[in-house]
Amino acid sequence: MLTRVHTGLDPVPGVWWKPAHKAEKVWVSIAFAWCIVLFAMMPLWHWKGGQNPSGVRTRVTPKAYYARTVAFVKQYKVGTDRGLPIVAPPPGSDVYLVGLTYQWYPILKLEQGKEYMLHMSSLDMNHGFSLYPMNINFAVVPGFDYALRVTPTVAGDFRIICNEFCGIGHHTMVGRVIVVDSTGATVADNHTAQVGHGGGL
Amino acid sequence: MSATLALRPSRICPATGRTIDLGAERLIRVNAVVAVVALLVGATAALLLALTRWQAVHLLPAAWYYRILGVHGMNMLIFFIIFFEMAVLWFAGTVLLNARPAAPRYGWFNFGLMLVGSLTVETMQWSGRADVLYTSYPPLKAHPLFYLGIILFAVGALGVAGQFFATLTIAKREKTYIGSMPLVVYGAMTAAIIAVITLLHGAMIYIPTFLWSIGVLKGINPQMYRLLWWALGHSAQQINVAAMVAIWYMLGALTVGAVVLNEKVSRSAFVLYILFISMASAHHLLVDPGFGPAWKIVNTSYFMYMAVLASMVHGFTVPAGMELGMRLRGYTHGMFEWLRKAPWGDPGFSSLILSVVVFGFFGGITGVTIGTEQINIIAHNTLRIPGHFHATVVSGTAMAFMGATYYLIPLIFQRKVAFWKLARIQPYLFAGGMLLVEFGMTFAGSFGVPRRHWDISFAQAPFDVPFSPIVDLFLAMVGIGGIIAVTGAYSFIIIAVKSVFFGERVTEFPRGVAVEGIPQGLTNPPVHSADANEINEELHSPAHGWAGPTPGTLVLVGVFFLAFMLYYFTNWKLLSFLWKIG
Repeated sequence: MLTRVHTGLDPVPGVWWKPAHKAEKVWVSIAFAWCIVLFAMMPLWHWKGGQNPSGVRTRVTPKAYYARTVAFVKQYKVGTDRGLPIVAPPPGSDVYLVGLTYQWYPILKLEQGKEYMLHMSSLDMNHGFSLYPMNINFAVVPGFDYALRVTPTVAGDFRIICNEFCGIGHHTMVGRVIVVDSTGATVADNHTAQVGHGGGL
Repeated sequence: MSATLALRPSRICPATGRTIDLGAERLIRVNAVVAVVALLVGATAALLLALTRWQAVHLLPAAWYYRILGVHGMNMLIFFIIFFEMAVLWFAGTVLLNARPAAPRYGWFNFGLMLVGSLTVETMQWSGRADVLYTSYPPLKAHPLFYLGIILFAVGALGVAGQFFATLTIAKREKTYIGSMPLVVYGAMTAAIIAVITLLHGAMIYIPTFLWSIGVLKGINPQMYRLLWWALGHSAQQINVAAMVAIWYMLGALTVGAVVLNEKVSRSAFVLYILFISMASAHHLLVDPGFGPAWKIVNTSYFMYMAVLASMVHGFTVPAGMELGMRLRGYTHGMFEWLRKAPWGDPGFSSLILSVVVFGFFGGITGVTIGTEQINIIAHNTLRIPGHFHATVVSGTAMAFMGATYYLIPLIFQRKVAFWKLARIQPYLFAGGMLLVEFGMTFAGSFGVPRRHWDISFAQAPFDVPFSPIVDLFLAMVGIGGIIAVTGAYSFIIIAVKSVFFGERVTEFPRGVAVEGIPQGLTNPPVHSADANEINEELHSPAHGWAGPTPGTLVLVGVFFLAFMLYYFTNWKLLSFLWKIG
């Protein structure tokens, strides 16, 4: 016997814990199975997929992080652009990137197909690392060193947009990452660089 | 009616026969009016923002863009929505249960706290002493009064939630209704419980931040702030979801006589919201350095997507309830006669259906997808995020609240809905404009266009960022859609203000006669066939087949499910094109 016909505005007399119709059970089962698929995809991608936000995450003081970055720049500096050092670390090494209002420091020069340990932190506010035009986005939080293993799969002249509001000059905060291909061809100046347009859904 | 209620000033509603406590009615009115004022401020801010992000217009200077962005967030996500929810709580607790409100004077005190709190926040924001946006992430620091205003507002809202529970207790004790409380009240109760959880997280983060702003604490851990703040910021949106679903059930009942398919299924889904929803803070921390993959996966998925399951259940039971309700009224032909013959010109109904469809298809699907741990890498802080939440909060919640208002104006304010012809098209205008905004934002965000950003031409930046020219088209969609949507919002405000303050009084609801300014659900209330119970049993019987009483809805949710799978897996494919990251 079903509960008598009533709307959501009516109080429900008696016991309303009644079995659902088969159609409802089917939909709830499909939805539940789908939820399990949604859940399973994440561990699965850690296992089989190539893009995960895991990394190595440690606490760091802004002062200590800045000292590491300065040493890193000194060791591998190969040039300058607009007053910022261009730094070309060897493949496999630790790479340090600093966000501070309103600058990404330094400019990185990496090799296509080689893995690097990319460290990111902030010296002041929260910043947002957004790699144009790849559309790769990470949060950069002061006091934390977010170290991600990255392998640039395409060469080109990339930008780092800040996508976390950090103050009135937020929209001027743009950095640069250069990726050279396996023949060693450099992409020296961003005006001649070939940058594909990212996009999708 | 109970003896206690009879002693209090009350009236009998001419449309529904319910006893309405006048003290509660005044609280409903005042909260709804303030909500509409906040909507006016928020919508004006929205217009300015849309015309700034539209690069060809680029209206505001940088400082004012960020300032108005903070104003927009606060007015829409906090003041408009929560004041309206306070009205919903007073309405559901008293009117729907024929009950008296618990301590109405304390209700006015709480209303006062919320009003003072919101005016304080407005003053700080407009005067440029709180240029920290809605999220106010430290180390960005605002004037201490900004944080204090939010705390006062939250204390008031927490007080009203407490009064709602007290009202439920009184109604139960005084036996103002027989059996279990109606499903709509149950949904409102779900919203109130989530509100308590949310506001406690708010206290946990805003009190230390206030102490930091006056120099008592030395610093706030920015990552801890992000965790606790989003337990407020995201959970607050789940109050909206629960309140919105409750209103879906209410509008379904009022406009087309929607029935409750199965109380067990619908109520269990509400319980899932309560149990799992505050884990959603993790949606905002998926690419943060403070948390590991296991924590992110468990939390972002509400422990295996149990809150998503709840929404998918309501996504079935709400339209199915409408379908069955219509079938029991005689609209039985084919799959979709119930939908074709629905009252599409009733703004209460069109708001309901637009809210359900856009919330589910756009807000729901995009939300689950971008809230996936790895897919968030291609979505975090891009325009895809506001593209998603405008579909949930604006096209979903605000649209449902607008639809409810078209019924509250005659029922609670006892006035005709003014500018009735405008009211009939207002939901379509608003929803259409918002869809343009949402598509524009989502597509622009897929190209990496950041949210909360004054100038993506990067004119003052050291390096050029040559976004694809198609991005300009998407941002123009945001601008033009914004103009249309704000026109829809202004129309709603003009209709509401004219009706409430200068509208024609309604003292009776003539049956069976269409009256301009009164939604059809009140003059021609949906009535089920006399033998509805027998028809219902027959439709549910095994002889009727496995598709049961609501075959049309099964088709609709099937389409939804296909769209969901397509969008979800397409995003995994797009993710796989990126650099290797781990």
